[in-house]
Order: sequence, then structure tokens, then C-alpha cells
Amino acid sequence: MSLRTRLGSAREALGTRLADVRGRDEVDAATWDKLEEALILADVGVATSTALLARVRERAGADGVSDGADVVDLLKAEIIGRLDGVDRSLSERSSPSVWLFVGVNGVGKTTTIGRLGHLRVSAGRSVVFAAGDTYRAAAVDQLVLWAGRAGATVVRGAEGADPSSVVFDAIEHAAAQGADLVLADTAGRVHTRRNLMDELAKVRRVAEKGAGSVTETLLVLDATTGQNGLVQARQFTEAADVTGLVLTKLDGSARGGIVLAVEGELGIPVKFVGVGEGLDDLVPFDPGDFVEALFEMGE
Amino acid sequence: MFENLTNRFEGILRNIRGKGRLGADEVEEVLREIRVALLDADVHLGVVRTLQDRIRERALGEELSGVLNPGQQVVRIVLEELTGILGGATMPITFASKPPTVVLLAGLQGSGKTTASAKLALWFKAKGRNPLLVGADLARPAAVEQLRTLAERIDVPVFSQPGDPVSVAAAGLVEARRLGRDVLICDTAGRLAIDDHLMAEVARIAGVLEPHYTFFVLDAMTGQDAVNVAGAFHQRLELDAVVLTKLDGDARGGAALSVSQVVGRPIAFASTGEALEDLEPFHPGRLASRILGMGDIETLIEKAEEAFEAEQAEAAAARMLEGTFTLDDFLEQLRQIRSMGPVGDVMQMVPGMGQQVRDVEAELDEHRINRIEGIIHSMTPDERTDPDVIDGSRRARIAAGSGTQVSEVSRLVRQFREMRTVMKQMGGSGSKGRGRGPKRGRKGKRQGGGGRTTPRGPVKVPKEGLALPGLGGDDRVGGLDPGVFGRGPPRSQG
Repeated sequence: MSLRTRLGSAREALGTRLADVRGRDEVDAATWDKLEEALILADVGVATSTALLARVRERAGADGVSDGADVVDLLKAEIIGRLDGVDRSLSERSSPSVWLFVGVNGVGKTTTIGRLGHLRVSAGRSVVFAAGDTYRAAAVDQLVLWAGRAGATVVRGAEGADPSSVVFDAIEHAAAQGADLVLADTAGRVHTRRNLMDELAKVRRVAEKGAGSVTETLLVLDATTGQNGLVQARQFTEAADVTGLVLTKLDGSARGGIVLAVEGELGIPVKFVGVGEGLDDLVPFDPGDFVEALFEMGE
Repeated sequence: MFENLTNRFEGILRNIRGKGRLGADEVEEVLREIRVALLDADVHLGVVRTLQDRIRERALGEELSGVLNPGQQVVRIVLEELTGILGGATMPITFASKPPTVVLLAGLQGSGKTTASAKLALWFKAKGRNPLLVGADLARPAAVEQLRTLAERIDVPVFSQPGDPVSVAAAGLVEARRLGRDVLICDTAGRLAIDDHLMAEVARIAGVLEPHYTFFVLDAMTGQDAVNVAGAFHQRLELDAVVLTKLDGDARGGAALSVSQVVGRPIAFASTGEALEDLEPFHPGRLASRILGMGDIETLIEKAEEAFEAEQAEAAAARMLEGTFTLDDFLEQLRQIRSMGPVGDVMQMVPGMGQQVRDVEAELDEHRINRIEGIIHSMTPDERTDPDVIDGSRRARIAAGSGTQVSEVSRLVRQFREMRTVMKQMGGSGSKGRGRGPKRGRKGKRQGGGGRTTPRGPVKVPKEGLALPGLGGDDRVGGLDPGVFGRGPPRSQG
């Protein structure tokens, strides 16, 4: 099932607005209002929406576009243009490479690790999960279950153990076993908690001290997240040097438009998106698909 | 939390502060700013639009109080509208007459249902209840384990079993009755609002549990989609309230406001931290206040009110010294004096008062001030500004209008005219007096709706001692010592 199909059912409201625009053979203030509303309802945010539309307006003026449908196409092209040409691969350099997963509570870090681990194992890598979420009750149990499904091994510490040491041990273990990749889970934390962000920075530092090196720090962002997503991205980047986003729960009615702001303002690329509950429901982010899914439905 | 929105409104406030009036154009400008602020706070677009309409209507329709500057007045309106959406008081939780009181939690994945379940259990426990937690989230790996671990920390039993969530809920209810637990809290799996199958399942769970409270668990960081999701859950479950989680971040929580508006249900609890104790009954006023940064704004408004009083007094004083002091000014100062309490008490606090005080005290009672007020209110704007135009026929009209005698009108006009002359001379001679006095009683400033007709406004502040006109009951005293009603009499009451 394509991302577009998966996203289908949730897109009516947005689609209706764009259908209105498409159906008009003139471009007036109402056209721009509807476009702005569509973007805002997708959580793109006022600032990014305004910037996008200003650019589209400019181009529409320059090209002499006077048809609603053409304006919608210009908007799509503008967004895709901004997302295109970005390196969205996940880097594996040394052995073992370490990918660190960070984010606020409940965004789906553990689940993402399970699925990404499955992908890498399927690609022939040997993968170790580091159970660095020593805070949330039963988080380790959850990760162990995912490891079973994915075919990865788990290194765990005692409950309440220092997450840095758990991650470090996992890397050492992976190096000793000749594993390729360590996927390190961390506890969800609200980015305003100074001490917890410091703890995360420490995990990041300590992970570099052993046999491996951190090649990705992935911020897991829930697609339902509103404008606070930008703040989260900023704070987590400051603490742990985020290299990419994983946008989860895109199979719901939320549109995840905040990633446009995150990519645009912070230059952090979206690398994967979660589009369902199954083991295979994590797919590489494709700008064209994302934008089409954002705009196509309901028309 | 909500600091950003607070800053935003303060920014707006700064921008429009100092403008004397708020015209239609300015209202639109402010509304645009409010729109951006609310959207940045994740308030739903539709709710923002409704709010804008209401605020526009009130901002344009409402008489400017003069106490707050127009910007502050608008902020106050916004605050009231936000509070209105959230409803009045904290939602009361009552207990079923036939236990157990059943609480069902539902929501999206990752919204925090399991943690909220345990926190609620602790809250009920602290109320002296004996909750049972039912783990009906059989979808997420280790969700029941998580619930058991949390429950162990707070010493609350958990019921769960493999199989299907609806049977777990049904068996949980039987178990609660068997164990004599008087509160049952059922945790459910996170589900997407668009997943018909799972939505039907949670509806079946509600069907067997017949919950007294169905809570929708909402992540405070949720964006525009919150209303769609809550709406879908409401359709299936008839929600009773929202439990707002992750409010310890800096998300501005506009989603909660939107959900409250769209679903028409209050926010019952808010989770403000990771510890299990960090769940508290939600105070609606607090969210609105936090969205607007009410703490700061209250201070601002207070300061504005003080500044207004000073300004008003200074303006009147300046007019006094210029000889353009009007009967409206006179009346206002009378009211302010009255608002401070019994005149005698006030005057006793003014240093250097002699015989005059006792003379005046006899006359300057409530009754007399009321009569003066009546006389001035019966005058036309022109007459108040320039009493010289008051001739015999006007005097008769004013007396009839105020239910007083023509002689009383004459006396007031004469005294006022003399006083104004004295004041003007004083202003011209640059006499020295007291400096700025302490601030005046707060109540005085709101009055004036009763018919002020002469313009007020900022006037240069004279530093000299200022005074009110004389109020002597007879012709013997043309005016009191200028110090008597100096503009800074001590405050006798808050």
C-alpha cells in the first residue's frame, strides 16, 4: 500500500479546501486564504505557510497564472522543491555504527527502533538494541518483544540504571560480537527538563567513547504534534545534535506539516515515516509522496 | 508553559499601548495578531475564527472604560472568551452510589493513557478510595507490564488477562465487585480515530463497563488534528472530560482549548510532570490565564489603573491651573474623595488641617455630594465646561432637573467660579505645594459613566500642589485651603 493510499481517509478536510481552490478559474484573495487555511490545518504553521505562499504568489504573478488548479500545482512544486535534493539516507560508517533515538514521551521511539531494526536485519545487518530507556516501566520488555520480531539482540541494564552506561555496554557488546549496528533507545523526555536533556547529552557523549561511533541521532516526532514540534527539534538538537527526523503515526488524521518548518528552519531532514502499526510500516520519506498525499485527497 | 504566547500578547500590548482609541482598523490589526498567536499555540483554526468574531464584536461594541488602555481592554476580552470556552470551575468528581465508580480512558497512541491511569489511581487513593486498575491495552507490547509496574509503586491491584480487551473489561468489572474495590480505572490501547475496527472495539468496552466517567487523554503538544480526533472519540464514546498530559513541557496547550470548545466538555485533570503524584484537577481559569500570561497582565492592568488615576488627576489639576477646570472635573474629584471613605477620616490624615476641616466636615457629607452630583448631571455639556452661560432660566431648569433649589444651583456655580479663579491665580503664581501623593483609592476611577461630557486625557503634569474647589456650605468660604483636597490624600482604604 502506498503512503498516499494509507493517508487517504484522513485527508478530506484539507482536500475540500484545495478542491475549492482548484475549481475556481480566477485567483483572488479567497484563493490565498483557502490555501493558507489548508496549510495551517496541516500543522505547517503560520510562519512557514506565509513564506510558502509569498513565494507561490510571486511565481504565480511572474508566470501570469490565473487558474486555481495551477496555483495548487505551484504550491506543491514549491514544497517539493524545498524538500528535494536533501540527503535522507541513514549513515553507517564505522563498525559498529550507533543510531541514537530521542524524543518526547509517547512519540514511538521504541516502536521505531523495532521496525528500523527489522529493516536493517532484513538488509543483512547484524543489529543490537540498547535498552537505554531505563525510566519508563516495562520499556525494556517492549524493546525485547520488538527485538524478537526484528531478529536483533538486546543489551539491557538494571531498571533505573544510568542510560549512558547501558548504551556504552551495548556498543562494547556489539563490537565484541562484530555487529554492524547499535540502535539505542532512550527514555522519552520533555525537552524543557534541563536535567533530562543533560542526561541525554551525556548519553550522546559516552556513546562516542567506546568502540563505535554515533552516526545518526534521530528525533522521533509524532505527526499529531503541533507547533511545539519546532521547539522540540531545536532543544533536542542542542542537547544531542540531531541528524534526522522520524515522523511517526502518519497513518492517522494528522498531517505532520510541522516537519516542513523543522526542515526549513533547522535544516534537519525527515528520514523515515511511520505509516501503520505493522512491522513493515516504516518507510523512507519521499517528498513527492508526502506532498501528494498532503494535497491530493478529496479532490 | 505557554511562555511564548504570553510574550506574544505582551508584544501586542506594547504595540497598541498608548493609542488613545481603538478604531475598527486597529481592532482588525489586533485580531490578526491574536489569530497568529492562537494558531501558534495550536488552537484550531475554526476555534480561532469563532474567537475572532466574538472578540471583534465585543471590542467594537464595548465602551472604552478609560481605565485600561484599549489594548489591555482587548486582552481582557480575549481572556474572558478563553475562560468562557473552558467553562467555569474545576470539574467535580462524584462517586457512584452503587460502586464501583467506573472510569474509562481512551485516546491516541502515546498520549499517555497508561501513565494517566496510574496517576488517577493514586489520586483516587489519596481521596480514600480503593481503585482497581484494569489493563485492557493488549495491543502495545508490554503495556500491561507497564501498568503493573506503575501500580506496584502505588500499591494498587491490577486486573488483566490475555484474550480480547472487551472481555478483559467485563471480567475486570466482576473482579472489582468481588474485591470490593470502589473505583475501577480502565486503561485501553491507543487507537487512531479513523480506525473503525478499533473505535468500535472501544465503544464495546464502554458498552460493558458503562463508565461514569469517560476521559479522553490528550497530549498537550497536539496540533490542529486534536479536534478531529476528539470529535471522533466523542461520537463513539460520549466523552465526559479531557485529561491533559505532558503539560510540563512548553507546549501552549491550544489543543486543549480547541477540544474543550468543539466537544463541549471540560478538562478534568492535567498531568504536569513525570512523577505519579503529578496529576491535578484542572483549573480552567488557569489555562486561560496561562495562555494569556494573566499573572503579568494582571499586574499590567493594575499598573495601568494606577497610572490612569494619576493621569486623570493630573489632567484635572492641569486644567484647574489653566483655569479650564470643568464641573465634570469637579464632580470626579468629589467622587474620588467619596470612594476613599468617610470624608472626616480622610481629612484627619491630611497634615496641617485646622478649623476648616471641622467646618467643612459638617457640610461635606454623602447627602451633599449627591445633591452636587445631581445638579451637575442636570447641566448640558456646555454648561459644565463654562458655567458662565448659566442664566436665570437655565438655573431654573437645572434646579428642576436635579430636584434642588435654584439658590443651591447658584451657590454651586458661584463657588465653582471663584474656586477656578483662585486656582488659575495659583497656577500662574507657581506656588509650591506638596509633591506627588500616594495613590488614590482604586474605586474612584471607574466612575464617570454617569455623564461625563468634557474630554479627559493626558495633560502635562504640574508638579505644584493641587487642590479641589471649596465645598463650604456657605458664602463665607470661597474655597478651601488648596491643600485640603490635594491630589494626594492618604489612602484610607484599599
